[in-house]
Amino acid sequence: MAKGSIVAGCLAPHPPHLVYAENPPQNEPTSEGGWEQLRWGYERLRESLSKIDHDVLVILSPHWQTYVGTHFLGLPHFEGLSVDPIFPNLFRYSYNLDIDVELSKAIHDKAADAGLAVKMMENPDFRVDYGTITTGHMVNPAFDKPLVVISSNRSRHYYSVEVMQEMMMELGRVTRDAILESGKKAVVLASNSLSHRHFTTESDVPEDMSKEHITSHAMHLWDMRIIDYMRTGQAQRIIDEMPEFTEQAIAESDGGGLTWLLSTLTVPTYPAILHGYGTIIGTGNAIVEWPCYAHEEV
Amino acid sequence: MALLRSRGGLSLTNPVLASYVVPVHPHPLLVPEQNEGWQRLRDAFDEARQQISDSGADLIIIYSTTWPSIIGHQIQADPNPTWTLVDQDFHDLGSMDYSFRIDAEFAEAWNKANHARGLQSRTVAYNGFPIDVGSVVALKLLNPDNAIPAVIVSSNVYANRAETTVLAKSCLDVLKSTGKKAVAVTAMSMSNRMFTEFIDAADDKIHSLKDDEWNRKVLEFLEEGRLEDVAQLSRTIHQQIRVQKVVTFKPMWWLSAMNDNRNDLTGRVLAYEALHGAGGAVVHLDPASNGMGDKEYDEDDVEVYHGERNVLDAEGSENTPETKHVDDNGPALWDPAEGKDAVNTDSAPKPVGLYPHARRVGDLLYLSGVGPRQPGTNAIPGGPIRDANGEPLEYDIKAQTRAVVENIARILEEAGSSMEKVVDVTSFLVDMDRDFAGYNEVWAETLGHYGPTRTTLAIRALPTPIAVEMKVIAKI
Repeated sequence: MAKGSIVAGCLAPHPPHLVYAENPPQNEPTSEGGWEQLRWGYERLRESLSKIDHDVLVILSPHWQTYVGTHFLGLPHFEGLSVDPIFPNLFRYSYNLDIDVELSKAIHDKAADAGLAVKMMENPDFRVDYGTITTGHMVNPAFDKPLVVISSNRSRHYYSVEVMQEMMMELGRVTRDAILESGKKAVVLASNSLSHRHFTTESDVPEDMSKEHITSHAMHLWDMRIIDYMRTGQAQRIIDEMPEFTEQAIAESDGGGLTWLLSTLTVPTYPAILHGYGTIIGTGNAIVEWPCYAHEEV
Repeated sequence: MALLRSRGGLSLTNPVLASYVVPVHPHPLLVPEQNEGWQRLRDAFDEARQQISDSGADLIIIYSTTWPSIIGHQIQADPNPTWTLVDQDFHDLGSMDYSFRIDAEFAEAWNKANHARGLQSRTVAYNGFPIDVGSVVALKLLNPDNAIPAVIVSSNVYANRAETTVLAKSCLDVLKSTGKKAVAVTAMSMSNRMFTEFIDAADDKIHSLKDDEWNRKVLEFLEEGRLEDVAQLSRTIHQQIRVQKVVTFKPMWWLSAMNDNRNDLTGRVLAYEALHGAGGAVVHLDPASNGMGDKEYDEDDVEVYHGERNVLDAEGSENTPETKHVDDNGPALWDPAEGKDAVNTDSAPKPVGLYPHARRVGDLLYLSGVGPRQPGTNAIPGGPIRDANGEPLEYDIKAQTRAVVENIARILEEAGSSMEKVVDVTSFLVDMDRDFAGYNEVWAETLGHYGPTRTTLAIRALPTPIAVEMKVIAKI
């Protein structure tokens, strides 16, 4: 079997507003657009990924929150209706997606061997979280490639950002090993935003962009700092500053996705491509691609 | 409609018949047989279910910590939400089919009342909306045949004590204006630190001795009926035994406010057990006074939320509370007149002239005319009858009448008297034809229950934009 590879790693945030603004047939609510800077960023990411041969998308979503270990979707197919419990006015999406159970199980088994608490999710009634669906849609709206979906272990809430980092670094390492052994070409995606302080009100027209901006200057500075590290190949500094970033920017990196992503990429030292940055109800969101195919991976 | 039971203090008119704390994990619902403690929790749920069934409640109101929200609070308003829920962590325990009966009309009224008190909130009524696990477990076990309609409210991750307290008061506004009696439920863990690894069901226990000791301390307070004390300790409790996630130990703020922030409830812990390491308790709080309970702490009370919410507009006014104050719609307010035998209290609205709230004469107490204005804010429950330009407004006579009775109760309490000792009441209505029936209904539920003599007069106007005022004579 040929050796597998990670062909690209992406920071691919999941606010449902982006799907809402696209008006895809799968989503019931309709909009007049909005958040174009981010949606055009996703267009650029899709264009970039379309040029890279890949077999599977591996997503870690902060909105499948598990407190007892890390879980993996473990059935070959899921379909249903996903309604965002926080923004049900924006996101009521009929999903239909396939899972690469073989790769999921391989990552699961390696994680178990590494001492992590893991479980396969094999209940057919399970509703896939809207973070996974949003990221999945924005990257590949046809859902014509199988997914591996990994839950967000909330160890940060139990212990500390440092413990979360340690666990997610290990999970990233075994994810990478499993992909390389699988013979498959994978795109790995962390479905999280950056600074994560929301507005607590919503304008009458949710897509009214005259109301959209970062919640505070401090949040902007943190977002730009992290993005700058990404653009200049300083992923290790992101890891080093993750505790402060997570605390001070209330960052969604608390879900472990960003750390896991950087670990799967062996903490890259090459520049990432910033496809877009924008705010969504005040939170900072960046669409970033690490083009592994152009570096050591392939 | 059932008469309210006689209770101590200001809770005489509180429409909450009972309150419960219940755990959020699905084990007592799905697999109680796997662990003796889970079975005891299930048995406690069953006992609570029977109590609720016997209570005569018109409504079950659930504040759920497993339904987080960001844009203020959300209130479920789908009349019949139906779906199958699978827990994100414990999916291997099974699926939870649900089909609930929601009082959508109440939900909409509560949402409106929230806005009137300055809160951000909205209702949700969407096919497939994911009802959270805490609410599903609570409703399936406490109300399995949907005999009583329910309302569910989210836990706003950004809400502080003031916002959570006002959320309860707006709920009480609606209960009082509709005359409904309710059971209040908080779906919540005590300590919420679970084991982060998988365990055999038989090995379940509280995660740590510290968590267990804190849980028992909190439950001791609740068993003594000291709900407000627990509410005022909630930040400390959260710091000690809660995983530091966004939804904190705030349900106690809501539940205490639903019970008029009292410390003299009658509490009983029906069960306390571990749920994968977290503390799960079923607690019953009866509003009947246990005769004890001064408050150990006294945080400021709050009637209207004035928190910073206009983050989208620097000069925004979209969240201006609808509740009108008489400061700009009525005469100036005075400090109550002091003097020998005068009785005054900060918990009653300020007078509109130089007179005391009440005056003692021998063993009798004469109250000045009492209206519905709220102490501190001067807000008028049910709304004012006219605007600052004299234009008539829609208002709720029942809400106003209940507020009058509550103000009377506060003054009586200050004087060492009580509702049972009221001898004679003279009531003044500005619109007898419109308002007598509603006023009379509230009277029967409250003061009328104690049998004072009463005279009701129609008058042209009152000094403030209110519809009802009462003049009371009571024994001390």
